[in-house]
Amino acid sequence: MIDLLAFARPPIDWHAAAPELTLLACGALLTLVDIVWLERAKAVSATLASFSLLAAMVPVVTLAVDGTDRAMFGGAYTVDDFSLVMKAVFLLTAYVVVLLSTDYIAKGDFWESEYYQMLLSAVLGMLVMTSARDLVTIFIALELLSIPAYLMATWHKVDLRSNEAGLKYYLMGVFASAVLLYGMSLLYGVSGSTMLSDINATISNSQAEGLLAVVVLGLIFVVVGFGFKVSAFPFHMWAPDAYEGAPTPVTAFLSVASKAAGFVALLSLVFVGFWDRSDVYQPLLWLLSAASMTGGNLMALRQTNAVRMLAYSGVAQAGYMLAPLAVAGESSATADDALSSVVTYLAIYAAMNLGAFAVIIAVARRTSSAEIDSYKGLFRYAPVLTVAMTVFLMALAGIPPFGGWFAKFEIVLALLSPGTAWGVVLGGVVGLNSVIALYYYARIASYMWVEAPPDNVQSSSPIKVPASVSAALILTGLVTLAFGIVPQWVGHFTDVSLL
Amino acid sequence: MTDFLTDWGLTLVTFAPLLGALIMMTVPAGKTHTHRLVALFASLAALVVGALLLVDFNYGDAGILQYVVDRSWIDVINSRYILGIDGISLPLLALTLVVVPLCVVYSWDHIPHPGNPKAFLSLILILETGMIGTFVAQDLILFFVFFEVVLLPMFFMIGVWGGENRRYASIKFFLFTLFGSALMLLSFLALYFLSSDPITGDPLRTFDMRVLSDVAGAGILGVTQVWIFAGMFIGFGVKVPMFPFHTWLPDAHTEAPTVGSVILAAVLLKLGTYGFVRIAVPMLPEGAEVWMPWIGLLAVIGIIYGALGCLAQTDMKRLIAFSSVAHMGFVMLGVATLTDFGVNAAIFGMVAHGIITGMLFFLAGSVKERYHTLEIKRLGGLLVQAPRMGWLLGFVSMASLGLPGLAGFWGEFPAILSAYSPADGLPVGVFRVYMVVAAVGTVLAAGYLLWLLQRTAMGSPKPEFADNDEIVDVTPTEWIAWLPLLIGIVLFGVMPGLIFRVTDPAVLTVLTEFLG
Repeated sequence: MIDLLAFARPPIDWHAAAPELTLLACGALLTLVDIVWLERAKAVSATLASFSLLAAMVPVVTLAVDGTDRAMFGGAYTVDDFSLVMKAVFLLTAYVVVLLSTDYIAKGDFWESEYYQMLLSAVLGMLVMTSARDLVTIFIALELLSIPAYLMATWHKVDLRSNEAGLKYYLMGVFASAVLLYGMSLLYGVSGSTMLSDINATISNSQAEGLLAVVVLGLIFVVVGFGFKVSAFPFHMWAPDAYEGAPTPVTAFLSVASKAAGFVALLSLVFVGFWDRSDVYQPLLWLLSAASMTGGNLMALRQTNAVRMLAYSGVAQAGYMLAPLAVAGESSATADDALSSVVTYLAIYAAMNLGAFAVIIAVARRTSSAEIDSYKGLFRYAPVLTVAMTVFLMALAGIPPFGGWFAKFEIVLALLSPGTAWGVVLGGVVGLNSVIALYYYARIASYMWVEAPPDNVQSSSPIKVPASVSAALILTGLVTLAFGIVPQWVGHFTDVSLL
Repeated sequence: MTDFLTDWGLTLVTFAPLLGALIMMTVPAGKTHTHRLVALFASLAALVVGALLLVDFNYGDAGILQYVVDRSWIDVINSRYILGIDGISLPLLALTLVVVPLCVVYSWDHIPHPGNPKAFLSLILILETGMIGTFVAQDLILFFVFFEVVLLPMFFMIGVWGGENRRYASIKFFLFTLFGSALMLLSFLALYFLSSDPITGDPLRTFDMRVLSDVAGAGILGVTQVWIFAGMFIGFGVKVPMFPFHTWLPDAHTEAPTVGSVILAAVLLKLGTYGFVRIAVPMLPEGAEVWMPWIGLLAVIGIIYGALGCLAQTDMKRLIAFSSVAHMGFVMLGVATLTDFGVNAAIFGMVAHGIITGMLFFLAGSVKERYHTLEIKRLGGLLVQAPRMGWLLGFVSMASLGLPGLAGFWGEFPAILSAYSPADGLPVGVFRVYMVVAAVGTVLAAGYLLWLLQRTAMGSPKPEFADNDEIVDVTPTEWIAWLPLLIGIVLFGVMPGLIFRVTDPAVLTVLTEFLG
């Protein structure tokens, strides 16, 4: 018989766990309020959710001020600069998503309180992901953030497309989880440990040579599993349908937070778990990156719907972010550059992509459509939204002085820093892809500015934008501009290391 | 006062227009007159500060950077906020500062369809900040950012206020230039990683243009330099534009509104040639030496091709656009010789082309406004219907074809002459052939310009326009906008030393590697 009393709880650093615990407590409170107040709870749920997210920011800030790296559970759960920066990105992203959702969810015949509960659960999973440094914790975090996301995608229950979106997303997600788990089991089989640092030590060890095939297979499966999550080509098929069908604020959340969570896991895996096996992961990520950029951009050129276009542009953006990982193993200096560049990209991408979705949500209030044609003539009746959309699109295209240029610049800087031919070629691929991408971003811009409004859109009065969406626009717009003009502000925070 | 100018002068000049644009955004769109005044005031403020800087400039030391500002900007990539001007930047800075207020004045009662002076004028101001910033930036990343800031306003200016084919032309302009700058940026990064200290051999890891020009590509192998130069060649060459990257230019010019064309011709094209002189040549001397014969070849092809293109045009504005290709060919030929004489001529050519072609586009715009067409065969008899404007067209055409005594001459003639003896290491025979071809180009230039003049200004008005009240002579607004340019054409034609005296010391610094 197992002596339960002999179990000693491993020491917990309460300060380190405070962000997650705060969010958990607030989420529980939200549920309680919903149960007790029933209908009346609807009115406060969005406010409560946004306060929960801001409350969770407090311990993140105190931890950052404190500045010491903390580890729990034998290193499986680590709080360092990297995880704090990403926690802040996730919390702020979720805050903006709440701003975008408030009006949309309240007006649109949705379940309200449950929506925010799901959102907070997903964010909790993301916070755990930033600190997870072993396979089991990573997997639990992944499921914790994915399952609410599947539900949120189907939130528009009466809409068939929303159901289709959720089901597709769910099936592909489960499939990816299976692939991922299989890869993880192989790695565990070789190393006998779920800790990433142990895995790195074992698989780079010469004794593992005989098991090289298993290691390679394990790495490929793990990377492919997260390839689905970050919607890298050719594992992106779910993204356009899921994005188009899901309620637009949920799409914003999926395209930014969920993708970033996948990247956080990939970064921990590559830099902590596989780093010495650069001979295996570098070629794999090189291919994945080049394919995602080129494939995503070429397919985005053909889109007629702005949300689908952003889905494909998201595939391409994932390609840019994967690129530095393809040279990360050259030296520890390169690894630091690569990590910083991806974290920088994630932070700036969050601001500019959320901003673009904020405009799409605002414009859809008038046009009830996300078709690119419906953006024609927007400048005539909504000049401020047009300027905002132009800023976000040009930021996504990487045109200075908007945030995106610095993100892309850091990526190319990291690619060229080791001076290898592979890095230089991939840098060139990034450059050429930026030009291809400009075409579809600029096309929307010129529709908005140049064309006359279509007949079926009432264009005589300006669009009324709800206060919360305006707040989201101002927030993302200012951040996008600030990061482009004074990139040091973001660069200061994203100068992190995992080695 | 002098201290304040030294520390803040260049920053003020650069950002005064942007500040104006920001103020305009807070003013409601309906207040047209306020917008005009703010735009004029902001561009004049930049001009006044610029003029003070020009007065205070130490002309004895035009070869070294002055008013240098060096502040931290993006520490994580070692990029700094460095500004400064020397004898090469100064004339181009002055050109920009003068041209933009004139464009604002011209726009006073000439806002093209579909109107909206608020947006139009604020784009001009943003454009001005980008252009000035490019000429004063002394850090490669800062230069890149300003270089790109110019793109978006010009894209919208063509796209929104342009002619029939504006969407095609604006996107083409945007894509071509961005393609160039993507490669240019890769070259900048290569410089960053590969440059090393010539004495200690340590990697420099800096974007400081002063340092990179001083070390002159030390530590970078000749072959590598050739590759890095190739990236810059495409980046700057698209902007110039050099044959065969010039195809965006006629489209952009034809579709752009008058003021857009003026700014494009007067200043934007110079960003490319300036990049060659300021960045590519001094930082990659070995690469430059290999590339220059080819650049010279493309330059003379541009001269002849541009001239032949002009002869084939049926649209007055498109003809002037093709003449830009030819004129920028002379500028690039001057740069390609890598001689003191040639590069000075090139800088003079940039300023002269800016004034003259800018003026030609103003005239074309005004003709279009009166006749509602620029089709050459429908025009005619301008001298009869609007004699002053006809004479102005004649005068500026003479300047453009390089008549001695006017500004155009000093850009073309010395450039051709300098090809007779290019710098050591360049193939003399080849350059002499270029010289002859370029000289033929000047004859063609006289041909197409005089032919244009004959068909549009001389003869009698066509019946369809014979009794048209809209065709009036030069208006007061137009006189105000044009006089400074006309004075410039004569002044620099009679006293070319005004510019050569400033540029020469700086050119000598740039060409240190080639002059031994």
